[in-house]
Amino acid sequence: MRDRSFAPSRILIYLAVSLVAAAWLAPLVVVVLNSLRSNEEIAQASMIGWPRQWAWSNYAAAWSGFCVAETCAGIRPYMLNSALVTIPATIFSTMLGAIAGYAVSLWRFRGDNWIYGIVTLGLFLPQQMRLLPWTIVLRDIGLINTLTGLVLIHTIQGLSFTTLFCRNYYVAIPHELIRAARIDGAGFFRIFWRIILPLSGPILIVTVIWQFTHIWNEFLYGVTFTTGQQQPVTAALIALSAAVADIPQHGVQSAAVIIAALPTLLIYLLGGKYFVRGLTAGAVK
Amino acid sequence: MTDAVLTRPGRSAATELVRRLPEYLLIWVPLLLSAAHLVSFALWTIWISFTPSTLVPVAGWVGLRNYTAVTASRNWQIAFDNLLLFGSAFVLLSAATGLILAILLDQRIRGENLLRSIFLYPLAVSFVVTGTVWSWLLNPGLGIQKLVHDLGWTSFKFDWLIDRDMAIWTIVIAAIWQSSGFAMALFLAGLRSVDADIIKAAQIDGAGPVRIYRRIILPSLWPITVTVVVIQLQFAISTFDLVRALTNGGPGIATQLPALVVYDLMFQRSLLGRGAAAAVLMLLILLTVLLPYAAWRYVQRRRAAHA
Amino acid sequence: MAALSIRALSKRYANLEVLKGIDLDIESGEFTVLVGPSGCGKSTLLNMVAGLDRPSAGTIEIGGRIVNDVAPKDRDIAMVFQSYALYPSMTVRQNITFGMECRHVPKAEQEKAVANVAKLLQIEPLLGRKPAQLSGGQRQRVAMGRALVRNPLLFLFDEPLSNLDAKLRVEMRMEIKRLHQRIGATIVYVTHDQIEAMTMATRIAVMHQGSVQQFADPDTVYRYPANLFVARFMGSPPMNTMPARLEAASDGAVVVIGAGRPDEVRLRLRGYDAAASFVGREVVFGIRPECIAEASRTFSSDAPVRVDAPVELVEPTGAETMVLLRLGGEPAMARISPDIRPAPGTTAAFALDTRRICLFDPETERLIA
Repeated sequence: MRDRSFAPSRILIYLAVSLVAAAWLAPLVVVVLNSLRSNEEIAQASMIGWPRQWAWSNYAAAWSGFCVAETCAGIRPYMLNSALVTIPATIFSTMLGAIAGYAVSLWRFRGDNWIYGIVTLGLFLPQQMRLLPWTIVLRDIGLINTLTGLVLIHTIQGLSFTTLFCRNYYVAIPHELIRAARIDGAGFFRIFWRIILPLSGPILIVTVIWQFTHIWNEFLYGVTFTTGQQQPVTAALIALSAAVADIPQHGVQSAAVIIAALPTLLIYLLGGKYFVRGLTAGAVK
Repeated sequence: MTDAVLTRPGRSAATELVRRLPEYLLIWVPLLLSAAHLVSFALWTIWISFTPSTLVPVAGWVGLRNYTAVTASRNWQIAFDNLLLFGSAFVLLSAATGLILAILLDQRIRGENLLRSIFLYPLAVSFVVTGTVWSWLLNPGLGIQKLVHDLGWTSFKFDWLIDRDMAIWTIVIAAIWQSSGFAMALFLAGLRSVDADIIKAAQIDGAGPVRIYRRIILPSLWPITVTVVVIQLQFAISTFDLVRALTNGGPGIATQLPALVVYDLMFQRSLLGRGAAAAVLMLLILLTVLLPYAAWRYVQRRRAAHA
Repeated sequence: MAALSIRALSKRYANLEVLKGIDLDIESGEFTVLVGPSGCGKSTLLNMVAGLDRPSAGTIEIGGRIVNDVAPKDRDIAMVFQSYALYPSMTVRQNITFGMECRHVPKAEQEKAVANVAKLLQIEPLLGRKPAQLSGGQRQRVAMGRALVRNPLLFLFDEPLSNLDAKLRVEMRMEIKRLHQRIGATIVYVTHDQIEAMTMATRIAVMHQGSVQQFADPDTVYRYPANLFVARFMGSPPMNTMPARLEAASDGAVVVIGAGRPDEVRLRLRGYDAAASFVGREVVFGIRPECIAEASRTFSSDAPVRVDAPVELVEPTGAETMVLLRLGGEPAMARISPDIRPAPGTTAAFALDTRRICLFDPETERLIA
């Protein structure tokens, strides 16, 4: 069945996968091409077409030119917002998740299974169940409409995933290693720092990639808890679509979409293997 | 033996506590915060759903009134019907697409890695981006229909995006594009984990490729299929960003989904009690999927433990 | 002074009593082996000595100090694990110095200690390597090095050889024994392998179902097993045991196997005074395979007892021939000369060494004599 002969059936297989692949790539290609066509050219023809003139200026306009509501600073401030939320929240949730995963997998303490079970329920509880409470909590601690507030949310909610990932990785580490280190006189942190962390490379990459992608792409919290200049880029993109509804600027919008998608696409290209591992690890929860 | 590695003999309780305070703080504070926020937030939202809260949360008890108000509204009824249609169509089609792609990729074809990357890349992109891009492609005045018209076939019609009856299918299309790759990745892992000796044995028994797939490989995939279906359903139930960017619930309220209803009630109409009730209803819908799945997983594990 | 004293130690997990009141006194310089089948509690016992697990009741004393509430690192012990538990991200040198690092031993002293241990174990060329680059035997040495460098009051070994292949296991067995003889350390060694126990121990504690069945030197354990469990656990193949009857005779007693059968076997006992009270009662008769041999064998100056017995199975091993035969209808293994190969299905003559017979009480399963 799995031979490399070029029978007609194999040509069919190649034809089928090529067609699907083309269909899967088409939206990306269309947007990339559009980002290089002028707004007028798109308005005259369709969204789908080859650029007659390379309109590189779309990117400059998208980055720092176009206007959303009253401000005309392009997508740049919102990209910065997303980075300022995503990077700290990724680092915090990964670090705390690694320590928590280490604690629940390799050290037993009273109630650990309960706590761990509840934390993993966070994977299932819909965001909608947490919107109102977060609104109130953020307002009470003065973090509503701040990036810090979003960092806090994503750190705490990210713990469900990061703890699960790390715990599932650490349970495979033999307990004898911990016993040996304890007889050697190492404590909780020294064991983590000197023995567990050096073994954690793969799982930390998976966790960081997963958290980064998720937080960067998150929309609901961004649009609910921030407004105007504080919004992350996903919320800004929606605001942009609404703002330009009267006079469409599809060339610039396409460039903005590409810029907004670029960080996670780059991460996918560079760490595809770990990205997929995160996907499947999240699935087998 | 148990795996109780942390049963340290205690010294004086106080010095022990001080010495280990940093580790307690770092383990317990994040875990407790995470667990506590989940429990308290869920309970609080459930509580609010039984109160007459509108603009601000207020105490009080209105019984199921918020629930009956939500379920009686046209907005929710359409959202619920849409969820049934969207959920089943999307889950079936994306699982089928994923399975077919996985079987095709399993034929030892050249360029498998490249193809796999192509089918998976939409997962790295936000739903906002996906929705925006597909709103352009499916816009009859801008996208595919316009292109075909410009090419000369002017009677061609592909205007689902503005067709009340068909608009929900545009969300199905975009969602399939976004997440079939996920199903493919899981199915491919399942296909690859079939014991090679079993396949050799079947070949010696004289089974052809089609029969081997039908009788041996595909039957072994059904636990993965259940997982794929449950995860995709979970995604379907909480779909928000994609619709927001693609149709924003329109035309009219034709592509309304529960998550949009919740947002609308909570933050646009400031009907917190009803919004909370709608959120709890979403959770209940989710539980009708997750609880049987959890029970199934439990039985599977018990059986595996006994074997 | 006892290096290790264990008093009335017990451990329960929920409803399961894993250890039931263990008492052991281990002298300084002794090589004690805790041996028993899996689940007998030997590893739990070792972990409690190490401080990795808390006893439910009882005390543990190391070097005259009660250590129940002392952390593992302060108990003056070192441990070698079954999986070796080498820290994968550290070099061999770092693995050995990690404990000293934790105890803030000065660098110069660490260097000296590593050099000594590396020389002793001949692992100098390996010091810069990571555990993944070592063979099983080398890892075993490094694990021992990590323990030795500590120079503790007590060495604990938890099945350290069971991950090695058979040949290496024999080599390392001898090496550990040699090491013990050289440095005179006090060792508590856990294994399920009774050959390891017999070959290395100065004293063996045979454990079963959470209690110590017998604690004695290897010869005593082998020659006078305290009960049927020990008799059947120690020795390979184990002691033959079978129901029998003790009858009175003119100058002592006679063991009758298969009483009333045409092929009943009657063995006259000498010097088994303790069995006097069992005359006229059922007993369990035990005899080691090497005490049944070909008819021409003379075990000592005494003339051995000769019996004819049907041969069922013959297993030549090269060094000897194992024969499954029937004594009074009961199956028994015999260890005979390698040149002799009786044909299965025939009846052959065998010599029995009746001075090394064991008798057990069928009720209590304890050794009578």
